[in-house]
Amino acid sequence: MLLQRFLIRLLTMAITLFGVAVVVFVVIRVAPGDPIAMMLPPGATDADIARLRALYGLDKTIVQQFFIWLSGVVRGDFGTSISLRQDVLGLVFNRLPATLELAIVALLMAVAIGGTAAILGARERGTAVEAGIDIASGTALSIPDFLWGLVLILLFGVLVPVFDISGRVSPQLDLPFVTQFYLFESVLRLRFDLTWDLLKHMLMPAVALALPLAAIIAQLLKQSLKEVLDLDYVVLARVKGFSETQVILREALKNAALPTLTLVGVQFTFLIGGTVIVERLFSYEGLGNMAIDAVINRDLPLIQGIVLVFALLFVLINLTVDMMYALLNPRLRHG
Amino acid sequence: MSATCLEIRNLSAVLANGQRVLRSVSLAVEPGEVRALVGESGAGKTMIGKAVLGVLPLSVRIVEGDMLLEGENLGRLSPKARRTLIGTRTALIPQDPLTALNPSRRIGPQMTDRLVRILGWNGERADQRIRQLLEEVQIRDPDRVLKSYPHELSGGMRQRVLIAAAFAAEPRLIVADEPTTALDVTVQKQILRLIAQLQREHGTAILFVTHDLGVVAKISQKVSVLYAGKVVEEAETAALFAAPQHPYTRALMAATPRYTDPLASLKPVDEAVLAGLAAEIAAADRAWRPRHG
Amino acid sequence: MDEARMIRRGLGPRLWLAGGWLLLALLAAIFAPLVAPQDPLAQDLMLERLPPFWMSGAEPGYWLGTDSLGRDLLSRLIFGGRIAFVVAFAAAFAACLVGSTLGLIAGYFGGWADRIISRIVDIWMAFPPVLFAILLVAVLGTGLSSVIIAIAVIDWTRFCRVIRAETMGQSRMDYVENARIAGYGRIGIMLREVLPNVVPSIVALLSLEMGIAVIVEAILSFVNLSISTDDPTWGGIIAEGRLSIHQAWWVLVFPLITLILTVLSFSQFGEALRARFDPVLR
Repeated sequence: MLLQRFLIRLLTMAITLFGVAVVVFVVIRVAPGDPIAMMLPPGATDADIARLRALYGLDKTIVQQFFIWLSGVVRGDFGTSISLRQDVLGLVFNRLPATLELAIVALLMAVAIGGTAAILGARERGTAVEAGIDIASGTALSIPDFLWGLVLILLFGVLVPVFDISGRVSPQLDLPFVTQFYLFESVLRLRFDLTWDLLKHMLMPAVALALPLAAIIAQLLKQSLKEVLDLDYVVLARVKGFSETQVILREALKNAALPTLTLVGVQFTFLIGGTVIVERLFSYEGLGNMAIDAVINRDLPLIQGIVLVFALLFVLINLTVDMMYALLNPRLRHG
Repeated sequence: MSATCLEIRNLSAVLANGQRVLRSVSLAVEPGEVRALVGESGAGKTMIGKAVLGVLPLSVRIVEGDMLLEGENLGRLSPKARRTLIGTRTALIPQDPLTALNPSRRIGPQMTDRLVRILGWNGERADQRIRQLLEEVQIRDPDRVLKSYPHELSGGMRQRVLIAAAFAAEPRLIVADEPTTALDVTVQKQILRLIAQLQREHGTAILFVTHDLGVVAKISQKVSVLYAGKVVEEAETAALFAAPQHPYTRALMAATPRYTDPLASLKPVDEAVLAGLAAEIAAADRAWRPRHG
Repeated sequence: MDEARMIRRGLGPRLWLAGGWLLLALLAAIFAPLVAPQDPLAQDLMLERLPPFWMSGAEPGYWLGTDSLGRDLLSRLIFGGRIAFVVAFAAAFAACLVGSTLGLIAGYFGGWADRIISRIVDIWMAFPPVLFAILLVAVLGTGLSSVIIAIAVIDWTRFCRVIRAETMGQSRMDYVENARIAGYGRIGIMLREVLPNVVPSIVALLSLEMGIAVIVEAILSFVNLSISTDDPTWGGIIAEGRLSIHQAWWVLVFPLITLILTVLSFSQFGEALRARFDPVLR
């Protein structure tokens, strides 16, 4: 049953990705303005333009172009970036780790902040503590990551300049890294000075991304915790002598977390979508920042590649959440 | 030790809106004794059990009275000490076995967690103890049961598991909160017999909450009859059935089906009796002021 | 019930504050030429980076100071409100119209209609929304209508998902069955019986969407892709403020406060409207 569920999800995943590819291809091809003309110096002849168009396959029909591109994609060839004149897949893989690290740090923060707030609010239910948590999460939820980023820049970049407000790492540092997972690798290499520098750059964009998600987790998890805490098996655990915190962590949390989990999956894709503008805001050299440059430069192959990678990331996250849900729920596992 | 196992003195509790749910309840449970608390739904019998165990809903507040567990005044202990005392000396057999087990944890850890984490036993001793108890409640394949999730067991099996877990820590007092109400009639009898048998063998005192006078007759030595949060009559079980003193007790008995002639004697609790009780309680409420709170 | 009532009571003052701010900002935007103290486009290098009125070095008439080209910040914010509100109303209504219609169809008719619409929603949800919007504006060319179209195109799914789910719930209710037995046509039932019951959700989402549209417009201006570069927009002012943050913090602070108040107000207003219209909560 688990396998069947997995296969069905895999099929819908493929359909979704194909749809994304079609949509982005069509959207880009209706663009007025000739990307080739932008690449050439003024005074280029028509023959030069035609030659370059042929080189990038732009002289064929849209349908032909699409299937040429798609067959390349299936073989792992995403084409060549027009503005950077490099292999698209290489460019994407070069930038993706920065975005993934940012998104994962933000997710961990959101879970930590939101989870703590939910547990605290559930333990202190009916008190001023809970009311305070409600107000804080309501506010955090209503303000999007873009604005949180600006607020943080003002507070901790200008007013109390403790964090760096642009870039991924201080440019004067010598980086010994062989992969693009700087944060991860700095920890493995025990270069905690570099870890700290990376974190100082990452912290504010990560918090900006994390706050709305933390608010959702706090609200949803607190609500389901409160529902679970009235159930008989929780009462029984209290009689056994466990403290309220132990009761929440051992008995209630897992069952209350299941409904939250599905939503966190969807929200994590929103968080990753948010990296596009937040990276721009903090001049963080990730995939989203490169995507905006690609759009401004009308770099069609690069835009297609980046959008498709984002889409792949999103469907993979949804798949993972779905499978985790099935695994954590004993009824589904044995059903 | 001959200290009274549980002593409740003048316990009163109110809802958030000021309505009284317990009215100066006093009762005592001696070591090894089964005390039934009987009354209609809403009479407050479950509230008494929850008050003793410290698991009243947030909306209910105790405004006066003392509860002594083996001579220790629960109200005078710190919350942590109270929790530990309740965890080591008491246990609960809950009403609904379908909701009283955590659906996402296996049965084994749910049965042993108190022994290991509160009483500080090692895992092996806890495991042996649990297996011994499972045998006592006539579960023949303990390996399978301990590895199961709750939804893989029937209601009767789950109630056996809960009974075994309650007796495992050798508590001095068990609160049994309508432990047979949610079960099929045939299973009810087996479970009741099981509780009675384990109670005799282990010598545990039980505060047995029920609405069913038939159950009271089978299991308890003493009875407190509750109406609207007030103990209206208290007696030895045999004496109560032989000669009920209070009109409400008599009305309740008349409303209970007898196994010999189930339909002949079945009639609702007499209206006039209830009206008289209501007036009596209203008068008492007007005169009542909590000592503190 | 009790909790809902408590939330509603708590929303009282917040509803007034939110509505008050939105009304104030809207009126200022409508009558911008009358209320703005300066010409928002007038540059004066003699007046560059003037601080707000309470600081030393401020000039009278330039209440919130000026930017690095000497343009009056307050006037630019007031004129920027015009674009923000036009985008908010137009984009939110467009997204609502498309999304709610498709949601009603998917939820009420089910079957193939639902399968196709749901699949399209899935595809849309696999796009990073901001990148999608930037891409669309780049393709359509900068300008007010491009921004509105882009926001409607990316955000109709929000309406579609909610309305589809609610319509499905409503369609199973007895009164819909009764209407069918009474001989009403399917579209007639959908519009007469189902639609009124999902209106509270639509209204709340509409208000929420207006706040989101304001943000997306600001993001598009921020990456310099919104309207023409001449017209002041909140996002454009923020982009300038981000660049001169160490020299003139006020160029970032005031548009930021304006945006936050506006977004918070729209979401609070939506919540309050939902509470008022929802027959269950009422």
